[in-house]
Amino acid sequence: MSRISREEVEHIARLAELEFSEEEKEKLAVQLNQILEHAGRISQLDIKDVPPTSHVLPLTNVFREDEPRPSLSLEEVLANAAEVLDNCFLVPQILEEG
Amino acid sequence: MELWDMKGHQLAEMIEKKEVSVSEVTRSVLDRIRSLEPLLNCYITVLEEESQTLARQIDKYIAQEGHPAPLTGLPMAVKDLICTRGVRTTCGSRILDNYLPVYDATVIQKLKDQRYLPVGKANMDEFAMGSSTENSYYGPTRNPWNTERVPGGSSGGSAAAVAAGEAIVALGSDTGGSIRQPASLCGVVGLKPTYGLVSRYGLVAFASSLDQIGPITRDVQDAAIFLNAIAGHDVMDSTSVKREIPDYTKALVDDVRGLKIGVPQELMVEGVEMKVRDSVNQAIELLVSLGAFCEETSLPYLEHSLSAYYIIAPAEASANLARYDGVKYGHRARGSRNIREMYKKTRSEGFGAEVKRRIMLGTYALSAGYYEAYYGQAQKVRTLIVNDFRQAFQKYDVLVSPTSPTVAFKIGEKVDNPLQMYLSDVCTIPVNLAGIPAISVPCGTSDGLPIGLQIIGRAFDEETILRVAYTFEQYFGFNQSPPLTNPGVQLTEDQKSQVQMSGEGRRR
Repeated sequence: MSRISREEVEHIARLAELEFSEEEKEKLAVQLNQILEHAGRISQLDIKDVPPTSHVLPLTNVFREDEPRPSLSLEEVLANAAEVLDNCFLVPQILEEG
Repeated sequence: MELWDMKGHQLAEMIEKKEVSVSEVTRSVLDRIRSLEPLLNCYITVLEEESQTLARQIDKYIAQEGHPAPLTGLPMAVKDLICTRGVRTTCGSRILDNYLPVYDATVIQKLKDQRYLPVGKANMDEFAMGSSTENSYYGPTRNPWNTERVPGGSSGGSAAAVAAGEAIVALGSDTGGSIRQPASLCGVVGLKPTYGLVSRYGLVAFASSLDQIGPITRDVQDAAIFLNAIAGHDVMDSTSVKREIPDYTKALVDDVRGLKIGVPQELMVEGVEMKVRDSVNQAIELLVSLGAFCEETSLPYLEHSLSAYYIIAPAEASANLARYDGVKYGHRARGSRNIREMYKKTRSEGFGAEVKRRIMLGTYALSAGYYEAYYGQAQKVRTLIVNDFRQAFQKYDVLVSPTSPTVAFKIGEKVDNPLQMYLSDVCTIPVNLAGIPAISVPCGTSDGLPIGLQIIGRAFDEETILRVAYTFEQYFGFNQSPPLTNPGVQLTEDQKSQVQMSGEGRRR
């Protein structure tokens, strides 16, 4: 199995919306490699024809009647938000200027 | 005997006969919390006022209406990742430090129907990721059997509270062993139900195909009573299964004659301590002497469980935890110029080291170029593990193993070595991957630290594992209590300052 480089740590951090100090990146690369070395052992098993299991229950497409039910009030939905303006979630700038 | 030291069903009987009031039981447990909490740190939030008010209301109800339900008025610890309306639910994380759920989890709703009595929200590893309760923003919980040691995890606060008399019963959750392993390390009973038996609605998600809620109790009878209260289909959780729920207390029959027990050699692994192995072997001999048939067996793919789990669980977690972005709820970092920066800062400040590690691991396993080699392969291994169990259960009624390969380890011993920490769940993880039920019951001690026996059953056959656990408990008679059970226990100033200094989060 390939080893995770520091550059790769940075790439994954970008995907996961996380940031790390240089020291943390070094440590993470070492730890992730240790874990993947153990977990990666399964990649050597010759099991290409085995079907995957994503879920143990034999359930597919659970349907229910399309009946209206009460939902949370606007007040409740906004109750835990960091910032609210005019009954909306307020966030920092989304689009770049110019 | 002190009220806080009694089993739930004993107290329920006394409450029913009006020999004791719910207020008295609650006071006894709250006193216990007041004296021990500075040392053990079982709770993130203690509901001191609320629980006393509720206790008075319940007493009034019983006086007027009679007939309390089996869990009515029993002081309960609720793991802090189960949503409780209006009571903060932190998941042991800074990112949810201020989170006040606007709805109750289905299990909480069901418990409210029984007039349960929550005394607090129990400490846990952040987002249930850990095996020691050291990964909590609110500081580690200590093991009541030896306060230098961990209580196990991630439901360590729940298990330690039940063991120490800071709760009579507790709710936990189990993704890879988080109910059973701390129950084992704290000398109490922990049951992980079949995936789909208990609704996950309102359980903050870690790995959705593995998570289950279950009870942590002082004996098997309490576990059966508790399961009766929380099992059943829920329209709010499409993965909860529609089926007839039996009365689990009817399974509490002290008889294992003719029962076939398999002992998977893959779970008696190298890392299992000698004393743990001996205790489990003695437990097996006891069951054989009671008329069970028992033999060693092999489930060859179980040895790959840990590998598959540490791909699948972080992969699911990385997707589930994407929701913590500082917008709808939870912590938001200040002073960001744009939204991407806010996401990054919020998540980096809000999550602890282990949670970040698992998000990184899961993101990597799901990323382009590695998906098939890791995630795809792990899902195939999962199929083989499911098949191994299916075959074993054609021959055996239950399988037994140690719950944890070791007794409680020292606080700090494994925090810098994630892989070593992960190995403490080596015996419990296969059960979650297969979605089947298992229970841990105390089966001995080693140097004053409890050892747990794991009994694994067929999907939706909680009755048989309860029966075996109950029978074992009747004859083994584990009646030791942690040394802290001395009611006059006094903390040294040194012990108090230790706890106050650890953990950044505000306990309430």
